[in-house]
Amino acid sequence: MNPYVKLPFTEWASEQFYFFGGLYNLVKDCFKEGFKRPFYWDLLSFQIYQVGVRSLPLILVTAASTGMVMALQYGLGLEKFGGKPYVPRLVASTILREMGPVFTSLMLAARVGAGIASEIGSMVVTQQVDAIRALGTSPIKKIVIPRIMACLIILPILVAISNLIGNLGGLMIGNFELGIDPNFYYQRVIETSNIGDYLAGFGKSFFFALFIAVPSCYFGLQVKNGTQEVGVATRKAVVTASLLILVGDFFLSKLFWIIEKWL
Amino acid sequence: MAVIEVQDFKKAFGKKVVHDGVTFYVKKGECLGLVGGSGTGKSVLLRSLIGLEKPDSGKIHINGADATLYTEAQWLHVRKKVAYAFQGGALFDSMTVFENLAYPLEEHTKLTALAIKDKIFKQLDEFGLAGSELLFPNELSGGMQKRVGLARAMMLEPEIILYDEPTAGLDPYNTKKIQEAILTLKAKGVTSILVTHDMPTAFAVCDKFAFLKDKRIIEQGTIEQLKQTPNSMINQFIEGQIL
Ligand SMILES: Nc1ncnc2c1ncn2[C@@H]1O[C@H](COP(=O)(O)OP(=O)(O)O)[C@@H](O)[C@H]1O
Ligand SMILES: [Mg+2]
Repeated sequence: MNPYVKLPFTEWASEQFYFFGGLYNLVKDCFKEGFKRPFYWDLLSFQIYQVGVRSLPLILVTAASTGMVMALQYGLGLEKFGGKPYVPRLVASTILREMGPVFTSLMLAARVGAGIASEIGSMVVTQQVDAIRALGTSPIKKIVIPRIMACLIILPILVAISNLIGNLGGLMIGNFELGIDPNFYYQRVIETSNIGDYLAGFGKSFFFALFIAVPSCYFGLQVKNGTQEVGVATRKAVVTASLLILVGDFFLSKLFWIIEKWL
Repeated sequence: MAVIEVQDFKKAFGKKVVHDGVTFYVKKGECLGLVGGSGTGKSVLLRSLIGLEKPDSGKIHINGADATLYTEAQWLHVRKKVAYAFQGGALFDSMTVFENLAYPLEEHTKLTALAIKDKIFKQLDEFGLAGSELLFPNELSGGMQKRVGLARAMMLEPEIILYDEPTAGLDPYNTKKIQEAILTLKAKGVTSILVTHDMPTAFAVCDKFAFLKDKRIIEQGTIEQLKQTPNSMINQFIEGQIL
């Protein structure tokens, strides 16, 4: 067979094979090194600041818009059928289960995933990653673990904030556009949301944190030479993280429904 | 005793063979000048000596121990004693000069903050960098970046230092500074390998030379020994001509 004609599928398949193999190795290294001294708390707190505090405005805007637009659409759509009283419950459960975690994670994938991949990629190109190794320290501990841990710690918190703001947005639109009494809206949200709603969204956010941080670190470290590769790595990080979040969301939703039924 | 010993070292990247049977050794306190054209694999060879690259086959001995099959964790220990001075400095660009120099000390020593500060200011003085401790790497000239990189590599007082073109692209002032630093360390008994195209510096500091060409070391020895060789390329080199 002509070696220059690669079958698109085999090429794609082998790429995926290397990608998941690489992720596996990276995670394995993190587990191997993560529990050994020294622990770099200062690097972790810096990353928490970078990932969390700096992303907050973006998350607030996203959450408020999501909640507002959902209240509007549900409200106008259900008005004909006299379903307005159901708006609080619908908005709340959609936000808690889906929109809060997914949109927050997608925004973080864009912002933090791109940041991680390009920063690590540039460090590889300028030999700073080699320098970390040459000075007798581990890039896994210095670079990878603080970023993954920061995402794991911060994303659930951001999701919680996002849930709150999203529902507030819904309440506002419910009041101004649909004429639902804010007190009634608040009561309905509290009464109808169950613990399953919270836990499903909260549980997902840990997975999403990994979907963002691990591939981003991986693609950053995959850069060999040249600034051009940094751009490629950044693109791949954002696309991969977003896809993992969206596809993973389906399976995680399914999983959490099964767990809930079980309980 | 040979402090660094490389036997039949082979390394390829994909189909591109870079080294095909490189053999040499460096004795304690010696400085070996590693010479070869651009792209002959000098950096790859140095990187292999601290485990940044893995050989495909062959043996690497460091301080008498077989380091060929060391894991990354084992190399981390070796690297406290073996320093690598990167071609471009490889400074951490999110840290100041001071923080760059403090890095190895904070990682590997139990010195107090005061003692670390003391050591760093001494080192800055020695490398003609006094006053630049609060600058970031992007605020430094290329020559200064290289000097900071060198200063950082030497903070832990290593037994072995690998210099990757430490004077390439530098003005005479910076070249002289670095030459002096290398000679000072050599006087302290440090073993080293110097990769360079800068012949005056090489002749000033190296005890012997190894020539890398066509994936192998084609000739090695002291200047006196090399004068006897019939290889015209090496003769030209010894006479101080451009390689
Ligand atoms: N990580 C790598 N991947 C692929 N090829 C590499 C890699 N590192 C070095 N090479 C190749 O090995 C050869 C030797 O490189 P190098 O050691 O940097 O040469 P030099 O003697 O100029 O220092 C070059 O042709 C380079 O392209
Ligand atoms: Mg080189």
